[in-house]
Amino acid sequence: MTSETLPDSGTIRDRNSDKSALVKAGLKRRYAAERRFRAYGVAGILFGLGCILLLFYTIGSNAIPAFTQTMLRLDITLDPQDIDPDAISTANYRKIVRQPVRALFPEVTSRRDKRALAAMLSPGAAYAVRQMVIDDPSLIGKRISILVPLSDDIDQLNKGAIKASSDETERRVSNKQIAWFERLQDFGLVETVFNTTLFTAGDSREPELAGIWGAVVGSFFTMIVTLALAFPIGVASAVYLEEFAPKNKWTQVIEVNINNLAAVPSIVFGLLGLAVYINFFGLPRSAPLVGGMVLALMTLPTIIIAGRAALKAVPPSIRDAARGLGASPLQVTTHHVLPLAMPGILTGTIIGMAQALGETAPLLMIGMVAFIVDIPGGVTDPATVMPVQIYLWSDAPERAFVERTSAAIAVLLGFLILMNTLAVFLRKKFERKW
Amino acid sequence: MNRKSLVFGALGLVLAASAAQARDQIRIVGSSTVYPFSTAVAETFGKTTKFKTPVVESTGSGGGLKLFCAGIGTKHPDMTNASRRIKKSEVERCNKNGVTGVTEIKIGYDGIVMANSKKADRMKITRKQIFLALAKDIPAGEGKLIPNPHKTWKNVDPSLPDVKIEVLGPPPTSGTRDAFAELALEGGCKKIGWIKAMKKTDKKKYKAICHSIREDGGYVEAGENDVLIVRKLEANPNAFGVFGYSFLDQNADKVQGSLIDNQDPTFENIADGKYPVSRSLYFYVKQAHVNKIPGIAEFITEFTSDKAWGDDGYLTDKGLIPMPAAERNNFRTDGKSLASNIIM
Repeated sequence: MTSETLPDSGTIRDRNSDKSALVKAGLKRRYAAERRFRAYGVAGILFGLGCILLLFYTIGSNAIPAFTQTMLRLDITLDPQDIDPDAISTANYRKIVRQPVRALFPEVTSRRDKRALAAMLSPGAAYAVRQMVIDDPSLIGKRISILVPLSDDIDQLNKGAIKASSDETERRVSNKQIAWFERLQDFGLVETVFNTTLFTAGDSREPELAGIWGAVVGSFFTMIVTLALAFPIGVASAVYLEEFAPKNKWTQVIEVNINNLAAVPSIVFGLLGLAVYINFFGLPRSAPLVGGMVLALMTLPTIIIAGRAALKAVPPSIRDAARGLGASPLQVTTHHVLPLAMPGILTGTIIGMAQALGETAPLLMIGMVAFIVDIPGGVTDPATVMPVQIYLWSDAPERAFVERTSAAIAVLLGFLILMNTLAVFLRKKFERKW
Repeated sequence: MNRKSLVFGALGLVLAASAAQARDQIRIVGSSTVYPFSTAVAETFGKTTKFKTPVVESTGSGGGLKLFCAGIGTKHPDMTNASRRIKKSEVERCNKNGVTGVTEIKIGYDGIVMANSKKADRMKITRKQIFLALAKDIPAGEGKLIPNPHKTWKNVDPSLPDVKIEVLGPPPTSGTRDAFAELALEGGCKKIGWIKAMKKTDKKKYKAICHSIREDGGYVEAGENDVLIVRKLEANPNAFGVFGYSFLDQNADKVQGSLIDNQDPTFENIADGKYPVSRSLYFYVKQAHVNKIPGIAEFITEFTSDKAWGDDGYLTDKGLIPMPAAERNNFRTDGKSLASNIIM
């Protein structure tokens, strides 16, 4: 090795011994440099891991309280006098749920105190009883036992986020309400249960009634539309460009433009969606259909680029062999090249979809950043998506939404991890090496 | 090539979707300040009537009126919320696009507070001092303006603390910012004689002086997210934040509202009109949609019922400051009869 670097052959031996001494002298430094270099890499990875762990830890620890909800067990007599069997849905259920609470505290008489007592119940209590009676009108006249949610302030008190020891003016729960709540606990009527509402309900202004199911369904419809548009178009484009298109100026221009499209800020796609889909084609605002179409534009370049890379990785010998056996170009592609490239294309698609799942900016322009309570039933119903729900909750004044925001983030992260794991799994399972 | 196929794909979907165009839920757009109240009514309305829950978008007052005035028909919203009154230019825009019958309903008041962390001392400030601390240019003698030289509150007035001026507030797109400039800054600006006199002679310049907020770091645009401002105040006891009363109400354990002109930003003071920095909130209804989209009349009834916007209504729990009963009655009647009550 060293002799090659020496032009003069006469004194090789001397020079070699010189050189090896030199090398030896520098060896320690070189090893140290090597170790340092590796240490930098490890430090970089550790830093990244640390950040992710910190993110998971903060979100996780903030989210945990959101998974439980403080409930009150109420025994309610559904008096036929209160509920007219012909107008079940319009009866005064607020009054019906307040009566048994007032009965527990007969000493509360002033109007102000009665109001404070009633405010401890969530508005959801009345909705729950109403739904129960609508589902089963035969309950009228009977005595039922039902778990109803307490208001978000009482819930926060129970979870310790509002401290009873703090000054009364500094918290939203009065001393009286704290005393009543303690009495209710003594009666054994307060139960802390798993917060199923969070996973089954749509959005709400009351934290204790708010759920992410509406957003999950909205995300699902949006992703279906995105996939239905972006996947076939993306794969067709990739196959044509890679397998059939002549290599000339035009295909180069197209290639450059696809790469450009991948780098366009997502809000631009939102503006395009607003101008083209909503204003020109007259599609409905806030619909997953439009959201999906916009996100499809955004996902397309990812799929095309990943698809072309996957097709390129299929060795030419496969194509040659197939052609040699008399397969037509179409048969070569559909029977041999595409199936072999599929794992790579799917990986790219899933990564593109995961990206689209976490997108909010383009949806702002097309009205998907909205308060939507009803669970969407199709792609034209108004809907919102998970990241938008997180954004909306993060901006809500009620303290109880802080933990729910984290819980929604945790759910979204769960979906993202699931999709990315699927991508890794597909790659590992079906990837071919040549 | 792929663009072309996209357009074809889109066309196909359009044909499929156009059948499902008729709309059976109310659509509301507009101010982010009214959003918490509008959504609360929408939810109650959806859960207690046979109608679908209205869809409420938070677009800002200006953005909402722009969408609202774009025309008549199911693709345009039925109502818009605003944290200020509709402007003359917006009425003209509405008229131009065929939106002629519009009913204005005032829903109540909102106070804008200047607050800081509870870890620091409470500030007592006047509107004039706010103007001198936050305006872009401040007067130096009769008829002369200089770029705001104040670095600390103490520079503004010796009675104020010796702390760097740092106010976190909403960006120019926000109605809260407009109202803060109009009520607090202009309120203080008017106290200066020669500027007040200018209102009659050169209104444009008067407005430019009174409404321009400094851009050299004293006022930090902290985005529309008020929760974020509260958190930043908690972390930095020297900073002040500008936001709506409802956020002060929900976070009374973390932040305290500064006394402005010796008035405490409390529910009572804002309702009485004693607290100087408070504004009215509105929503606007498109009359042409009332019988086309189911539930609009019933929604207005719900919004204007005492159990919603009354003294003890559920909107007060969300931080709305109700109007006096007589004023409520007037707007309730307007809502019932769908009067065209915008006088310009």
